[in-house]
Amino acid sequence: MSETHAHSAAYVRREMLPQEAPPALETGAVKWLRENLFSSWLNGILTVVSLAFIWLVLSSILPWVVQGIWNAESLSECREIRDQLYGEGHEVACWAVLGDRWRQLLFGFYPPEHYWRVVLALVVFLAAIAPVLFESLPRKMLILTPLAPFIIFFLLWGGTIWGPLAVLLGFVIGWAIFTYGSPVVGNLGGTVLAILVPILYWLFIAGPIASGLGAILPIGLEFVASDEFGGFMLSFVIGIAGIVLSLPIGIFLALGRQSDLFIINKFSVIFIEVIRGVPLIVWLFTASLLLNYFLPPGTNFDLMLRVIIMVTLFSSAYIAEVIRGGLAALPRGQYEGADSLGLDYWQSMRLIILPQALKISIPGIVSTFIGLFKDTTLVVFIGLLDPIGFSNAIRASTEWNGIYWELFIFIGLCFFVCCFGMSRYSQYLERKLRTDHR
Amino acid sequence: MSDLHTDTVDREIDRSQMKVSDEIAIEIVGMNKWYGTFHVLRDINLTVNRGERIVICGPSGSGKSTLIRCINALEEHQKGSITVDGTLLSNDLKNIDKIRSEVGMCFQHFNLFPHLTILENCTLAPIWVRKTPKREAEETAMYFLEKVKIPDQANKYPGQLSGGQQQRVAIARSLCMRPRIMLFDEPTSALDPEMIKEVLDTMIQLAEEGMTMLCVTHEMGFARQVANRVIFMADGQIVEQNEPEEFFTNPQSDRTKQFLSQILGH
Repeated sequence: MSETHAHSAAYVRREMLPQEAPPALETGAVKWLRENLFSSWLNGILTVVSLAFIWLVLSSILPWVVQGIWNAESLSECREIRDQLYGEGHEVACWAVLGDRWRQLLFGFYPPEHYWRVVLALVVFLAAIAPVLFESLPRKMLILTPLAPFIIFFLLWGGTIWGPLAVLLGFVIGWAIFTYGSPVVGNLGGTVLAILVPILYWLFIAGPIASGLGAILPIGLEFVASDEFGGFMLSFVIGIAGIVLSLPIGIFLALGRQSDLFIINKFSVIFIEVIRGVPLIVWLFTASLLLNYFLPPGTNFDLMLRVIIMVTLFSSAYIAEVIRGGLAALPRGQYEGADSLGLDYWQSMRLIILPQALKISIPGIVSTFIGLFKDTTLVVFIGLLDPIGFSNAIRASTEWNGIYWELFIFIGLCFFVCCFGMSRYSQYLERKLRTDHR
Repeated sequence: MSDLHTDTVDREIDRSQMKVSDEIAIEIVGMNKWYGTFHVLRDINLTVNRGERIVICGPSGSGKSTLIRCINALEEHQKGSITVDGTLLSNDLKNIDKIRSEVGMCFQHFNLFPHLTILENCTLAPIWVRKTPKREAEETAMYFLEKVKIPDQANKYPGQLSGGQQQRVAIARSLCMRPRIMLFDEPTSALDPEMIKEVLDTMIQLAEEGMTMLCVTHEMGFARQVANRVIFMADGQIVEQNEPEEFFTNPQSDRTKQFLSQILGH
């Protein structure tokens, strides 16, 4: 160090400064207003104009909504009541259509005496999904989760109880083979057998067992065919089945697309690109019309099942791409860290890579789910009666001919509640999983 | 940073456990590696005995990191053989996982798992690879966290720790697998000067306990104090290796002299 510098730099702080409170600016509402609404002349003017616009919109819509008529048998009756109450020409909503037709909008043609089955299925679904969504709930509730699909299937479609049980047995067989067979024949052999044997069982044994037992002990509920499903119930069944099934398929496709194994890699790429490159409505038409030509004559492959498969495949391609984005966002070091500890591929994926990749992908995954749920309304084009389909049917009836807004607002509101719920949950999940403290 | 003449730690280093045995820990014979057409490692021959503490240095791009990453198969080599603890490294995944679980590794950027707590970072591999019961794995983890002097951070997440603390956790995480060999890939290069010392101190402690160590580092003070052999690499080849005293005071090749003058010259 040079001498001159040493002289000029001779400064020593004798005492350290204590922390002080920030200067007392105006606080509270006045400050907030000034900062957020009236920070400059231009902003002040914009605020006033915006408020005027909001007032204009609300003042024309709110009376229409609030003064709406709830008790009427038909649109013409609605209009009469309106003319009496508010005078002619004053437009008000006619909510009476919802009171009159809510059963159809929610349940379609499902037999009214069996509505309790649908409601119970919804309760079972909520109880099964709750412990998955919220970690604070007791872990014992998870017992219900793997059984829920079978219970819900049984409740909705009915038939003898032996059908779902026979299908369930296949999963138990697969699990047993994997757990007890793997030590004997090795991991790979165990996995292959655990997949192959249940498939053979389902194809050739499950059917006869179910019908045989059904003939001997006909325990069950009255059978309801898929044609009778409709309204929001239909949207829910397709949407939820699609969401639940497409996530795991999407994860495997994303891993497949990253894989070094040539065949798996190319299969995933082609699958994703083909499915994603064609509009959903085309796939739905394929499901409803074309598949019949390819299937052997006489096979009665449920239309709803075909739609669920198509919707699932369609959204799993999107999910795969969203997750691939998450996988790509992870630094290479995470893979190397996992590798260097001796974790094998599946362990490192399950414990290290996927938890982080999925966390990054939550917003994308949830918005794909929201998209899927709303896209279930497209099934109206292949003749399934979802809420939109029923709104057309209701409008076609003599009583409610000419009614538009009320039905669409109701349908929109129902979808909004579900989608907004999903969106809020994803934000909650992101907050909960934020551990990187960036 | 790489001052040869200041000691890394102030205390006297205990050399009673630092014994090099005749048993061979790692044997690399005629190993070559290419990145595409670029010949990154050329004819590497290296035998490491148990208890050796080897520092590998050299200019950047000389292949020193690649060399130690080949030892636990993070990088594939195309020619020659690597034998770790008597197991020949092959393409068999079981074989690779076995070697990886016996060889600990610390990275420049720590590579801790940010979604797991410090304790979970340390117990993960013992539980899933070694099938250790959770209780036992946690006890082991706490033992090693105490050893690297951060037991009180066990329930925090990596993001809440300083760089030096994270690197010490990374060392503890490797130690929880009870490795017989430790690889260090520039463990202090991403750290502030204040934190380098605490990490080096932990590494010296390991050396004192007789761990077989291969360190890629530019900490020449550490090399002089702890290593029993210094390897100088350039252009993918081992150019010179010697005992630290000889290596620093009497380098043989021009390439080594040039390198040493560059990093120690001022």
